[in-house]
Amino acid sequence: MAQQDTWTKKDLTGIEELSRSEIELLFRQADQFLPALAPGKGLDLMKGRTVVNLFLEPSTRTRTAFEISAKKLGAEVVSINTTASSLVKGETLRDTAENIRAMGVDAIVMRHSSAGSARYLGSVLDISVVNAGDGAHEHPTQALLDAFTLRQRFGKVEGLKVTILGDILFSRVARSNILCLSKLGAQVTLAGPATLVPAALKEAFPQVRIVHDLKEALKDCDAVMLLRIQHERQTTTHFPSLGEYTSQFGLNAERAAWLKPEAIVMHPGPINRGVEVESEVADGPRSVILEQVRNGVAVRMAVLHLCTGAISR
Amino acid sequence: MNPADNSPLWIRGARVIDPSAKRDEAKGDVFALDGKIVDQLSAADQAKARVIDGTGLVVAPGFIDLNCRLGEPGRTASETIRTGTRAAAAGGFTTVVTMPDSLPAADNVGTIQLLREICSRDAAVRVLPTGTLTKGHEGKALAPLGTMKKAGVVAVTDTTSGVQNNEIMRRALEYAAMFDLVVLDHCQDSSMTDGGQMHEGAWSLRLGLRGLPRAAEEIVVSSDCLLAELTKARIHLQHLSSGGSAEIVRRAKAKQLSVTAEVSALHLLLTDAALANYATSLKTNPPLREEADRLALIAALVDGTIDAVCSDHSPCTATEKDCEFDLAPFGAATFETAFAAAHTALVAAGHADLSVLIARLTHGPAKALGLAAGTLKAGSLADLVILDAKAAWTPAKSDLVSKSGNNPLVGRALTGRVRATFVGGRQVFGA
Repeated sequence: MAQQDTWTKKDLTGIEELSRSEIELLFRQADQFLPALAPGKGLDLMKGRTVVNLFLEPSTRTRTAFEISAKKLGAEVVSINTTASSLVKGETLRDTAENIRAMGVDAIVMRHSSAGSARYLGSVLDISVVNAGDGAHEHPTQALLDAFTLRQRFGKVEGLKVTILGDILFSRVARSNILCLSKLGAQVTLAGPATLVPAALKEAFPQVRIVHDLKEALKDCDAVMLLRIQHERQTTTHFPSLGEYTSQFGLNAERAAWLKPEAIVMHPGPINRGVEVESEVADGPRSVILEQVRNGVAVRMAVLHLCTGAISR
Repeated sequence: MNPADNSPLWIRGARVIDPSAKRDEAKGDVFALDGKIVDQLSAADQAKARVIDGTGLVVAPGFIDLNCRLGEPGRTASETIRTGTRAAAAGGFTTVVTMPDSLPAADNVGTIQLLREICSRDAAVRVLPTGTLTKGHEGKALAPLGTMKKAGVVAVTDTTSGVQNNEIMRRALEYAAMFDLVVLDHCQDSSMTDGGQMHEGAWSLRLGLRGLPRAAEEIVVSSDCLLAELTKARIHLQHLSSGGSAEIVRRAKAKQLSVTAEVSALHLLLTDAALANYATSLKTNPPLREEADRLALIAALVDGTIDAVCSDHSPCTATEKDCEFDLAPFGAATFETAFAAAHTALVAAGHADLSVLIARLTHGPAKALGLAAGTLKAGSLADLVILDAKAAWTPAKSDLVSKSGNNPLVGRALTGRVRATFVGGRQVFGA
């Protein structure tokens, strides 16, 4: 496959819109930013630019990672949280975004509870729009940092077997990861209760394997990605209780022993310790959770640099 | 021409299709005098008649729409009776049945009288109001069906709210039947569709949108058929969207149950794949479903399981639809393109002859509601439409008459076009 050298997209709205060569280009860019993660190191590639974090859904981790990424590149950052936003006063998203645009901003990083909202905003604005999570649709930077971490650990993503375990139905992380890992040539298994991992997912994503037996899901994978069980989103109809979820699908040391010796455990955070994963596993030798967090900054730096760069070009 | 011109009308040499009389003449004439269809004009009337050369065109009874909204009262930002009925005329519809979920709802005589007053002043086509089945279409207590019937409603329905309680539906059917009022039902079990944005399937899973499963519709189609059997009352199932629903209706009709059904033109043409880019203009309730559903609906329309094609014209403002998908209201404004959409999907695609589609736009809906319309028989109202079945066109914003901004077929190539529409012998649309 020909290596792509030029990034042309002003927006990152989803993995769906990316080609494999674009993902690989982005990884090469992120590689170059890794040294800048050390304390005291920073770059000035985005000096004079302004990034607005428009977070219309609560988030600490992703927002902070985007803020640090932009600052490491020398950009100014303004964060708007849902309570501070005028959207609560009934203004439309288009109006809010056009007002931000009018103030001379270079990029908007948006988290929004509505699926498709990032794509919508990208089509409305001529500045960069980066999706920091749109409803149950996509969370592309999370998938990119996950794949980047796998690539770092295993040298390449191609041919890896990755199990995504938990609430697939409501998860934007799962959707982006299914697309990203498939594009990079990994084999994806989806596992969890049948209500959260419905058989119809196979129609939506024909390349995946679906299993409801935890041992089967874990035994030959190279990595297991745990998803946060977000009880607030699942009505009681999707599983009986957190306790029952843990008893069936929680990852503890005993079950982690089903994994291959070199297999790693990943989690997008924040972790519900004792629900989807026990501390012994989350903090154990298989865990790459903090590497994921660290890589998340480099990957988001690459996203901001490439997308804003595509406009000035 | 002057729309007020009421001179005799003589359409010559057109293909004449009138399913109510099993008439399909390759080259025939249609005459109208004093607002009525006549078999022949006298020599004197011929001399002063307006003569239209129908060569290459089709004359049919004006279309009857069993499912539309005209914005009044209360939603005039999206549509008014004036704009909505002109859009209907542009779509070949001469009789339209409006849904009662206006603001306030048509659950009382006053609102229905108001609607009729506005119509007598502003309407370009015949508007037949419906009333709600329950007060405020809340599904709790019956609306005053008898007095609303006296005020002029032709049917009752809780429209998109549906009726979620089988006991209320059963009693409503029995009570409405006493007044010879057909109950229209939007079949949906709302406990299964809460938060739903589109058809539940591969596309909703990919897009991360909550789904409205087929079963939510089919469960209520089934219960309605069972209640029709129990009560012997007339029930008409609105805009079916799933192939399974059509099969349930087919079985009910085989048992001679008094059930009729409709499908929207949009559901004959498109599937959920058209929502791949979160097109809010195609966010409808019921949702567009899969190709297998679309083909099953076409087959059911052709074999008569489904009686009528409706527009399901549901106007929204451009602003209302210019937002995040899950915040956009349901509905598409489709009057002007309904015939072309159905013709493209059904006739141009080779599934049926034009006469079948005309039947489902005229005689079918007339029979479903017992309306004296949808026919070219002598003595009937001179409501008729002139069509160019071969015309290929791509609807542009400038072709739309509706005040709303949510016609999803703008820019899509279609075949079949309405050339002129007459109500009571007077032209209401066309050059």
